[in-house]
Amino acid sequence: MIEEVDELKISGEVFNSRLFLGTGKFQSGEILSRAVFASESQMVTVAMKRANPNAEKDSILDFLDTANVRVLPNTSGVRDAKEAIFVARMAREALGTNWLKLEIHPDPKYLMPDPIATLEATKELSKDGFVVLPYCHADPVLCKLLEEAGAAAVMPLGSPIGSNQGLESREFLRIIIEQANVPVVVDAGIGAPSQASEAMEMGASAVLVNTAIAVSPDPVIMGKAFGGAVKAGRAAHLAGLGNVSKSAHSTSPLTGFLSS
Amino acid sequence: MNSFLDKYENTSWSDISSRIELSTREEVEAALNSDGRCGLQGFAALLSPIAGIEYLEEMAQIAHKLTMQRFGKVIRLFAPMYLSNECTNVCDYCGFSLGNKIPRKTLSIAEILKETAALRSQGFEHVLLVTGESTNKVSTDYLFEAITLLNEYFSNVSMEVQPLDQSDYQHLIKAGLHAVLVYQETYERKSYAKHHIKGKKTNFNWRLETADRLGRAGINKIGLGCLYGLTEDWRTDSFFAALHLDYLEKKYWQTSFSMSFPRIRPYEGEMSPLVDLQNRDLVQLLCAFRIFNHELELSLSTREGPALREQLLPLGITTMSAGSKTNPGGYSVSDDSLEQFSISDERSPDEVAQMLSLKGYEPVWKDWDSSYHFKSKTEPSKSTFSGESNSSDIKMVS
Repeated sequence: MIEEVDELKISGEVFNSRLFLGTGKFQSGEILSRAVFASESQMVTVAMKRANPNAEKDSILDFLDTANVRVLPNTSGVRDAKEAIFVARMAREALGTNWLKLEIHPDPKYLMPDPIATLEATKELSKDGFVVLPYCHADPVLCKLLEEAGAAAVMPLGSPIGSNQGLESREFLRIIIEQANVPVVVDAGIGAPSQASEAMEMGASAVLVNTAIAVSPDPVIMGKAFGGAVKAGRAAHLAGLGNVSKSAHSTSPLTGFLSS
Repeated sequence: MNSFLDKYENTSWSDISSRIELSTREEVEAALNSDGRCGLQGFAALLSPIAGIEYLEEMAQIAHKLTMQRFGKVIRLFAPMYLSNECTNVCDYCGFSLGNKIPRKTLSIAEILKETAALRSQGFEHVLLVTGESTNKVSTDYLFEAITLLNEYFSNVSMEVQPLDQSDYQHLIKAGLHAVLVYQETYERKSYAKHHIKGKKTNFNWRLETADRLGRAGINKIGLGCLYGLTEDWRTDSFFAALHLDYLEKKYWQTSFSMSFPRIRPYEGEMSPLVDLQNRDLVQLLCAFRIFNHELELSLSTREGPALREQLLPLGITTMSAGSKTNPGGYSVSDDSLEQFSISDERSPDEVAQMLSLKGYEPVWKDWDSSYHFKSKTEPSKSTFSGESNSSDIKMVS
């Protein structure tokens, strides 16, 4: 019942899966395509710097079932807003899509997103007709500003990209989710299905996972595990989790005298 | 303007050397248990003799895990393109040294295009331009022209040429230059002076400050390294390379870095390596660098043989050359008589790619796009993204 009405909508488009996948770090195109299939993901990101649409066989694009999976080009590698806008336009031309995962990291070591440049580029690209999904810090104010700038969703990070540390930013994600009028996709740092589940239980609209699946000894089974975890977490969110309590409710050491 | 030279002058070679030598098991273990953030102090311990003897497998396991997490199951491939073997330096380890009686050649634009066609047909998207040092034959204008041209055909153009001025680098970046490799060769002044006998390359400080000039010019990536065999104390030499890296990474935080580990190969000259860096030492070096810096690109050339290259793969390598020719025109025009050094891994790029797949790695030919250098261009029509194939243009030239 829940699944029938519970769809993820971004810019008017409906997705049945709330798991997005990144396509880097996989050992081969075949394994990538099997992992995507097993995960049931319908949205995968592709770095434009790796895409080679003119090659005889592209190592990523040619392994994606584009009838069932939306390809979301990303701007990984750009260092400022101008470069991002340029690459976005190239991506639109090359892949025939106005959807874009905007990521601007001037810091090549930790790949931290530049909040100022991201906001600037989001404004510009939204005006230009792009469906922009910006990768950003788990900063509630920034997420509201991105929303106002026209972002179709926001993609705050759980922890540093590729770190598998999970939701280190959870208190800020909670605020972002509470305040958002656009879908919140938790991106980066999710290293285990339980962490994906946690994000979904908190009310995230979706999560994006890459490293944890790609570098697993068995990416296909791990893809499936993440698919299941995202569904379970979402269902738990919809069902409503009970409150967590640290003390047993039957004891009332301070007010027990009232009933005695 | 301050540079790494200040830090270099204030760091004592002999202090570092004895610190590395005297590292204790406790220090090595602390570095191993630092969750991979061991700092320079931990790096010194990881370079120590005791680490090499007693902790190598443990280091390898950690290095493998860290590399997998950051880079995944992929290896980037590139090819060097030697543009010129003209050189006005006398260096006792290099085939291009001024005194060597070899035919000299600098590729013309037409010859560069022939080499381009050969490399593109092998699948290469990333190219590294290499020259000797001859400002008359290989000027900044020549390099500008070559880089501009090659950006039409390759996704990523880097170079390994003589140190230049900051303004020259700024100029070449506008042409689409992505990265510059400039190895100090050795960080020990005495050994440096001994092997670099004549010419501009004798200027140790000018070379040492090159990475600062590159950082200030805003280059995307800087490649560092020592040439192993020039100085006896390879451990301390490597520590200085790490010190250099650490300094640069904090100062030029928008730049990424790579480290290479070339060992001296036989060439057309006299000198045999002063010290033979053993395979075991090389493994220790690779692992120590990976544990010290998770994000560092570690590059391995065809100087090393096929079997060793395969065994070093999982320890931290992220980038490899394949099918390299080290002479100008080697892919299409000339025979091997002009080469800088003879390579050890003579497999074709295709064979190397197949080996990588068998080992569970995706060979990545393209991990950049020339359109990222759009600032220098008026319109992006020659990019890979544009839907036009460039390869047909080249075939007409060859």
